[in-house]
Amino acid sequence: MKGKVIKYEQDNIDTDVILPGPYLKLHEHSELAEHAMEGLDPDFHSKVKNANIIVTGKNFGCGSSREHAPIALSASGIKAVLALSFARIFYRNSVDGAYLLPIEIDEKTYSSISENDELEIDTSKNEIKNITKNELYSMKPFPDLIGKIISAGGIFKYKP
Amino acid sequence: MNITEKILARASGKDKLEPDEVIFANVDKIMLHDVSGPGVIKTFEKLEKDGVIKVDKLFDPSMIWVTEDHFVPSVDKISAENIVKLSNFTNKFGIKKHFKYGMGQYGICHTMSHEEGLVSPGELYVGGDSHTNTTGALGAFACGLGHTDVAYAMLNGKLWFKVPETLYFRINGKLPENVMAKDLILRIIGDITTEGAAGKAMQFGGDGISDMSVESRLTLTNMTTEAGAKNGIIEPDQKVFDHLSERGVTKYDAVYDDEDAQYEKTFEYEASELEPLVAKPFSPQNVSTVRETGSIDIDKSYIGSCTGAKYEDLLAAAKILKGRKVKVRTEVLPATISIYKKATENGLTQIFIDAGAVVGPPTCGACCGAQMGVLAKDEVCVSTTNRNFPGRMGHLESKAYLASPLVAAASAVTGKLTDPRDL
Repeated sequence: MKGKVIKYEQDNIDTDVILPGPYLKLHEHSELAEHAMEGLDPDFHSKVKNANIIVTGKNFGCGSSREHAPIALSASGIKAVLALSFARIFYRNSVDGAYLLPIEIDEKTYSSISENDELEIDTSKNEIKNITKNELYSMKPFPDLIGKIISAGGIFKYKP
Repeated sequence: MNITEKILARASGKDKLEPDEVIFANVDKIMLHDVSGPGVIKTFEKLEKDGVIKVDKLFDPSMIWVTEDHFVPSVDKISAENIVKLSNFTNKFGIKKHFKYGMGQYGICHTMSHEEGLVSPGELYVGGDSHTNTTGALGAFACGLGHTDVAYAMLNGKLWFKVPETLYFRINGKLPENVMAKDLILRIIGDITTEGAAGKAMQFGGDGISDMSVESRLTLTNMTTEAGAKNGIIEPDQKVFDHLSERGVTKYDAVYDDEDAQYEKTFEYEASELEPLVAKPFSPQNVSTVRETGSIDIDKSYIGSCTGAKYEDLLAAAKILKGRKVKVRTEVLPATISIYKKATENGLTQIFIDAGAVVGPPTCGACCGAQMGVLAKDEVCVSTTNRNFPGRMGHLESKAYLASPLVAAASAVTGKLTDPRDL
């Protein structure tokens, strides 16, 4: 996949700011998209018109188990989140629900990528190409089962 | 193996497991509420529409239980419709254990799990809520999930897990007067940070834990979620067995650490050295003593949630509020109807009302900023809940200080953040 970057240079972005509590009663994906990142970035909706990859720091998606968080991002057009690390439930929800790719990157890659950079992600080679800067980074490979669930298109399509 | 590994080994039919192994394990109990329940329904509808699955029946409806807690009493048309959907769903699939608000016992899911004895030692329990970890204090593997995973377990009776490394917290000695389990878990999160246990098990033991009530232990495991833990767990003992037997639960297969159980790391805490603490905005790891925090004017004291509205939490608050008046808005929301009833029978409700507090129905309500008591811009709240992220309890520019029920009650009386020892 290929796309432009929205970068949040901070750690511990929690699910309460990704999709605030009052909207937990909503379950239509398009309605959740309207409130994505409402607690963090008022310009998210204009940014996501031209970008589909979030790059961020440690422990992304910490806090609540709300699947609403990856749904809201995915329904807004986000295809991948590149982070130094993920909170476990957000990571699991992203994979098992097939909403977006949660990709772990190292500190050097994190600092190399800038807002609006165009990236091309090749999960088969575990490579991230920065088209804007003409640089090549490696991503942490998905563990075996995670890779299989992603390839199948979610936990329900995966056959053990 | 340690208790977490042994429960996962038994549930996956293995003799031995090591941390980081990925397994499919049989699930014993599943919990849904009025947020994750409609999520499961939506997931099933979508997968059926896409031709991926056909949901004629569930793996075993008797292993599933449902409560209504986040948006109850219904806040608006959408939340009311979610409650109707949930009832239709449990009727259709024969889920008998559906605790409905306004129809006897109901309440916050995690508190229901132990108040009703819905989960037993040695079981593998998953729920559609991050604080499912709470129930690990009964000696179960208890783990929070999103609604797709919960839906998968409901249909297939099993789920994948990565065996976690275990961090062991040995607690020595007794907590001093005016210090509660909440202070201990805040101290631990302050020390190891909100990602200090990411994906790991947090196990508590030592004579300090043996000395603690079951409800206090549940406060510890509840907030393992805030350290990023996959599960929180405590080996069961006679106190747990008595707690369950009072609820008519006597048959289970308890699991304990082997003598050569391994932990990734062991931490030691002297309970006697602890003081009343707060987690300052905007993170549960932002911990300091109440006395060091300085003079903070507050607008509200909130005594509620799965973390801080169990019976002994209310008892602690009542000890402070008895014969005193609150200076700021104070809300007390017992976590379940059974706790509300016991508080009323024992005169606590009267104490709260006499002090000027409002006593409300069980709900997750303001803890997750959903309803009933959310904070306005710039409002400051002392809260017995578990999270204080930006906007968690209301406006993005409101502030929540997480504290024990004793600190919340003492602060209600003075209108400032207050150490109960200084009252």
